Formats: sequence, C-alpha cells, structure tokens
Amino acid sequence: MSSMSDKPEKLITDDGLRLDGRRADEIRPMKIEIGVLSRADGSCYLEWGRNKILVGVFGPREAHPRRMQRADSAVIRYKYNMASFSVEDRARPGPSRRSIEISKVSREAFEPVIMAELFPKTAIDIYVEVLQADAGTRTAAINASSIALADAGIPMKGLITSCAFGKVDGQIVLDLNKEEDNYGEADFPVAMTQDGEITLMQMDGHLTPDEIKKGLELVKKGCKEILEIQQAVLRKKFETPVEETVEEVTDTEDTGNKVVEAEAPLEYASEAAVVEEALEEAEEIEEEQLCEETVETDAVAEEIPEFEELEDIIKEAEALVEEDTVEDVVEVEIEEEALEEEALEEEALEEALEEEAEFEASFEAAPEPEDFEELEPIEEEVSSEVEEVEFDSEELTYEETQLEEETGIEEVASEETFEPEPEIESETKTRTEVPAEEAVKAEVEPEEKKCEGPWKVVKDPSESGSRGENE
Amino acid sequence: MSEIIATLKKDYIYNLMIKGKRQDGRGFKEFRDIKLETNIISKAEGSAKVTLGNTQVLVGVKLQPGTPFPDSQDEGVIITNLELNAIASPDFEPGQPKEDAIEMARVVDRGIRESGAIDIKKLCIAVGESVWIVHIDVHILNDEGNLIDASCLAAIAALMTTVVPNEQYGIGKNVPLAMKGMPVGVTLAKIGSKLMVDPLLDEEAVCETKLTIVSSSDGSIAGMQKMGPVPFTEAEVMEAIDMACEKAAELRGLYLEGLANKE
Repeated sequence: MSSMSDKPEKLITDDGLRLDGRRADEIRPMKIEIGVLSRADGSCYLEWGRNKILVGVFGPREAHPRRMQRADSAVIRYKYNMASFSVEDRARPGPSRRSIEISKVSREAFEPVIMAELFPKTAIDIYVEVLQADAGTRTAAINASSIALADAGIPMKGLITSCAFGKVDGQIVLDLNKEEDNYGEADFPVAMTQDGEITLMQMDGHLTPDEIKKGLELVKKGCKEILEIQQAVLRKKFETPVEETVEEVTDTEDTGNKVVEAEAPLEYASEAAVVEEALEEAEEIEEEQLCEETVETDAVAEEIPEFEELEDIIKEAEALVEEDTVEDVVEVEIEEEALEEEALEEEALEEALEEEAEFEASFEAAPEPEDFEELEPIEEEVSSEVEEVEFDSEELTYEETQLEEETGIEEVASEETFEPEPEIESETKTRTEVPAEEAVKAEVEPEEKKCEGPWKVVKDPSESGSRGENE
Repeated sequence: MSEIIATLKKDYIYNLMIKGKRQDGRGFKEFRDIKLETNIISKAEGSAKVTLGNTQVLVGVKLQPGTPFPDSQDEGVIITNLELNAIASPDFEPGQPKEDAIEMARVVDRGIRESGAIDIKKLCIAVGESVWIVHIDVHILNDEGNLIDASCLAAIAALMTTVVPNEQYGIGKNVPLAMKGMPVGVTLAKIGSKLMVDPLLDEEAVCETKLTIVSSSDGSIAGMQKMGPVPFTEAEVMEAIDMACEKAAELRGLYLEGLANKE
C-alpha cells in the first residue's frame, strides 16, 4: 500500500523513543475482557495496541471426526483465523498457509500446560478470530487464549504468556508495532509458562547470539507484565462471587465451567482489565488458600508418618476406589480449631482404612507377589506400634487406636496450616515448590500425583476461599 | 447436544407462544435491545458491530479497485460474504461455508443490491477498466438467534460509515461511500398462525419457518426469503409485510438516520 510503503527515516528517535512514544522495554497498552461470548464455554476479547482479538474456547467436548479422538487424552485444536477486514489489503477468507502455521505453533505452545490427559476422547477447541491486526497478532492471540481457557475452566498447570522482541534501527526492542514489524531487522515472538519455560519461539531476520540473549531478557520482563494483567483479570472475575459459587459447586456434582459462568455476569467483562487493589487482596487470599490446600492433602499423608509405605498403598487403593473417595479426602477441612480438625481427620482416617481394607480385599483376589510382600511387614509394623490391635479386625477397633495416635499428628498438621509459604503463590507447581518438609518430598514422586495436584488447585480455591469467609 | 435441549424445551416454548407469550417476556412485535457501534475496525474502510440481545455480528467493508463485469462496465461490484465462525456457536464447524451461511449472505446481499442502497455508478474509476469492488464481510461472533436481521443492520450501518480510500490509490480525495437508501431486514418467525419478530435461538428451532423481508426507506420491498418447510398463507404474507415494514421503519429511525446525518 502506498500509505505503508514509505519507510519512516527513523524508527527510534535520538532520545530513545519509538514512533508510538514507547521506550525500548515497554509493551503496548493491553486491555482484556473475559466471558464476552455467551455460546462459548470460555471467551476473551483482547486489545493490544491496535490489535483486536477475540477467542472462544469450546470443550472438553466429544471429538469429531471420531478418528481424531485419542484414547488417553483430549485433542487440542487451535484455529487462528483472520477476519478479511482485519488487514490493510483484504485477506481472502479461510485458512492460509500462514494461519495454519500459526495455529500449529500456538497449539504447541499450550500443550505443555493444558491437562489434556484428564479428558480422554474429547476435544478442546480454541478458536481465535483476529478482528484487527497490527503486528504481533499471534502473541496477542496466545495471551487471549490463555484467559479464555481459564474462563472455560480447562485445567491448566499455569497460564501461557506471550510477547515478541525485535531489532529496530540496530536496537533490541520489546513488542514490535506495525512499522517496526515492517521495517525492522528482526522479529522474535516467544511464549512462555509462568516459570519462564519457552513454549513457542519463532524468529525471522538477523540477530547475533548476544542480541538474542538480551532480547530474551527483555521478553521475560514483558511476559511478566502481561502475566500480571492476565492474573488481575481472572481474579476480578472469579474472586468476587465466591460465596454463591460454593453452593453451586457443591450442589452440582459435575461442576465444569458453566457454574462459574452462571454467576460471573457480563458486567465484569465490560470493565477495564487492570485492578491493582483486587490483585493485592487476592494474592493474600490465594496464598492462604494454597497453604491450606497443601496441608489438607498432606494431612492425610502425614497422619501416619512412620508408615510411608503404607501410605503409598493407600494411595494406590484410592486410585482403585474411584473418584468420589478422593473427593471426600479433599473435602476434609482443616479448621482453625483443633477440635474440628480432629473430628474431620478422623473421618479421613476411617476412609483411608476402609480403602486399605478394600485394597487388601482386591489384593487377595488378584495377588501381585511383590506388593504383597511389601504389605506384610507394614502390617507387622502397625500392630507393633498400636498394641492389642488385630490388623484384620473391623474398622471400629481401628478407629479407636487411630484416635490415640491422632493427638500427636494433629499438632504437626495445625502448625503447618498457619505457616504461610511465600513461594507458592507465584507458582502453579504447588507441590514441588514446598521443599523443606519431608512429608511433602515424599509425595512428589509418583507421576499420577503430579496430575492430581493442580487439578485440585483448580477445584479448591472456591471451596477453601469460602471457608475462610464463613469463619 | 443443542438439538436435544431444543426438543425438551419445545413444548414449553410452543405452549408459551400459543398463549401469545415469549420466553424472555417480550411481545411478538418487540426486538431485543440493540447496540450499534460503528467504525470499530480502523483497518476496514467501514465497520459496524450489532449486538442484538446476546447475538453479536461484526461487519467490515473493504474497498479495492478491480475490473468491472463485462455487462456493467461503469458500475462498481458488491461482494457479500458471511461466515458462521466456529467461535459463534458450539454447532458451527470451521471450514467452507455451509448452505445456511450462503443463504444468509445472499439475503443480506440482495437487500443491499436490489434496494439500490449503494450508488454503484459512482464506484466507477475508469469505464470498462477499473471500478471499486465493495467487499461486505459479515463476521458472526455469537449466535443467539436472528442472525439475519443483525447482519442486515450491521451491513448497512457499516456501508453508511464507509470511506472510499481514493488517497491510498492516488485517485483523488477520500470521500464517503455514496448511499441512496437504507434497507432494513426484519425476520418473522411463524408459530401456529402467529408471527413474531426477532426470534431467539430456541424459538427459531421450534418455529422451523422464518420469513425475512428487507424493506427500503420508501416502504418498498427489496428482498424476501422464506426459510423452512412450513407453508405461509397469502394473508399471513401480507400481515408479515406490514409488520416488517413497521419494524424496519422503527429501526431505521433509531439507528440509521443518525448515521446518515453525521456525514
């Protein structure tokens, strides 16, 4: 276009300002709205500079055609589409080679964080509509998709954040605008997890290794800023209506995303994105929640610290006994008052024991030699520790002895409850981020556990949040 | 999925409608709330977004020079394209436009073309060589029923705010697109022997048959389309035309005349 073909003499002025008045390390203003589409399970509208992006997420839903289905996980489909009027010269409607490539790399950017293994045989569809394009649409689309996925309630290990850097007039700059994209020397889009792991990286142009190093530093900074905006938006939507949420969440067995959608009306969506005060408050709350959570799940593990092996067996049994028992364990609440806690932990213990018994039963039916041997010594240990108890006897006898044990255990648990763990908030990997505690270490290893952890993180905040409020 | 829900709801909605009531409490001649935003896509020569209840439609108009058709060498070309984007509904799939989308695009196109809303003689750059090609791209963002009326309204609003980008191609100054009319489409859904405007998604599913009538500023009809299997009687058609013209005049007054005065 004639209007575009005249290259400005300088893309960066002598005092270091770019054409749009930014400094080299500044991103364009970003505005995010969440839940803007009523028919989508999750949606997000994002403006970044002059980019306008709309994302709708559907699923997990039945994957069509059936040959696309995967027996062990959901398929993730990402469709990047440009509106024909989004660019200077009208784009032909439908997929182009460019949009197909962008769709592929963007999907791959999300695959590490979406917990697709939880939804076998389904599809998670991410549809991106670029309504107006102005350099950096793929990064903008990824940032918006991250929010839309969260809005849809898709379990993720963390948000994905994306930003580009480039080289303009020999300088490394963050987040290229249209002119810089057209006449700059390099463009380098990056997407990363909250931990800074790079999940998308492309580049065209000329850069030296040193420049790339510098650029990556810059991008990390940009992504951090974007992450804060994303988190603020999510908090604004999901934190306020906590009280009602709980009711519904507990009522409806199959919570999914619709519940959240129900009490997060569009009013929120239409407001501007960044809410600093909300962010601070939410950080505190979330910190508490996450601590509670860790302890909750750990509580079960710690009750019988001497029998680490036994605990493993219980876990296996849990897996056998179906979801509902696991949920029950999660529901065990750690109250401030020791008494309540005691009562509740008792329940958990009962269950654990029941499960163990069941496990044993199943064990006898189909004995696996190795595990069986393992079980024997543990039984012995148990009976030596807890006198006059027959391992094979009824639950009731067991319960009594467990009560005795409890007094000791409960102290450990409650201590932990009130010790805030500063690191947790910023990271999704709650489990791995709590070092020191031996008990926690023990829990990190099994692969299954890893999946389970963040799933609880996703589910729990609403529960434990309300708990805090009700007190 | 949605079909099952519609079947379950069907009796409820049907019985309500027979009694002259509607799910959301509207009267049979009442539209949902309409929000019209124009000039929201700066890369397009004209653009408008219509929010009709929860239905959202975005229209972008792009103008590019091109060669005229041999039988109309001094006239611009209008091309209307409508896509049911997968983002708009769990029932839509990505890929080539299906018959529904093509039908809707053609209804929108017909209304604009036949009403003479665009002065296509003024879109001629050099007779027989170069004319403006007007691309009207209708982007469905969220489908909660009555896409056609929303698309028609957004399309005409976008055209009314379109600027011919002469400067970009070095052929003089930018001028507003020459308009001669304001066609407005109104779709009526038939239930029993009653007609209602602006059907919701569920109502569309229950009614099965709709009639779209596009009328111009002077009260003439520029295009009609019956969609669905249930027959209409002559009396019903005439009643529908009256209703559509009345509502169209109302919408024109509320949303379009303001745009015309601005120019």
